[in-house]
Amino acid sequence: MNAPVTSFDAVSVAVLSPVARFNLRIAPADLAVASKVFGLTLPTKIGAGVRNGDRAAYCIGPDEWLLHAAEADQTAIMSSFDAARADTPHSITVLSDREIIIGITGPAAIDLLSTCCPLDLSCMAVGGAKRTVFDYAQIVLIRDGDDAFRLEVWRSFFPHVHGLLEIGVRELAVGL
Amino acid sequence: MLLIQCPYCDDALPELEFAYAGEAHIDRPKDPSALSDEEWRDFLFIRSNVKGVHAERWRHINGCGRFFNALRDTVSDRFVTTYKAGEPRPDLSGKEPAQ
Repeated sequence: MNAPVTSFDAVSVAVLSPVARFNLRIAPADLAVASKVFGLTLPTKIGAGVRNGDRAAYCIGPDEWLLHAAEADQTAIMSSFDAARADTPHSITVLSDREIIIGITGPAAIDLLSTCCPLDLSCMAVGGAKRTVFDYAQIVLIRDGDDAFRLEVWRSFFPHVHGLLEIGVRELAVGL
Repeated sequence: MLLIQCPYCDDALPELEFAYAGEAHIDRPKDPSALSDEEWRDFLFIRSNVKGVHAERWRHINGCGRFFNALRDTVSDRFVTTYKAGEPRPDLSGKEPAQ
């Protein structure tokens, strides 16, 4: 997907390169096993995230985690979790192709996202992630910095969400 | 916008993330075939339709995905409290009603 980069001084919207993405469901009591398999201590608080190099883990439900890794590692990660399944029941699903990831950066990033996202984004912790809505499309929003966000949206909702972001960027550019 | 406290996320989040899921604390009968038609009808369709504090189920569908229960005043639309699924209805006697 090579969608055009839309930007002006205060905010830019870019489609980022794909990552290996997993949805992990596991009993919180068994979290240490998943942390060991993935090589990253998974956070326990909903909304919290941990990142180390190209691996990242975000807690998005009481027993649900979103995992990111380099595309090349996808098969190896699945094999490691398959091996652990004999002793520790869990479910892990590959979502790499289900979602497209959009990067939103710049001082007006919060203004742009707030046009369609009902969360109070100024209160969102840096490094964390939340599943929420963007104009009725379900998204996962990851905050990488004070004015840097990544938005993950299902492929089928992408034209709608990206279109709204493009309109928002133009509106901000002309000072609406 | 209405903010709803999700007991799992432990945060007050916008109403748009939530879905209403009917009255709370309705137990499915253990042996439905032993019930009369009227009793089964009451279980399926007859709800209390409270004016005032109502116990109801909500789902944080665009968030953590969990069902939980809430006490909401159907007159003022104010959420009195929310609590996790499986917990008993909180006793509000002796407390001031929500304004």
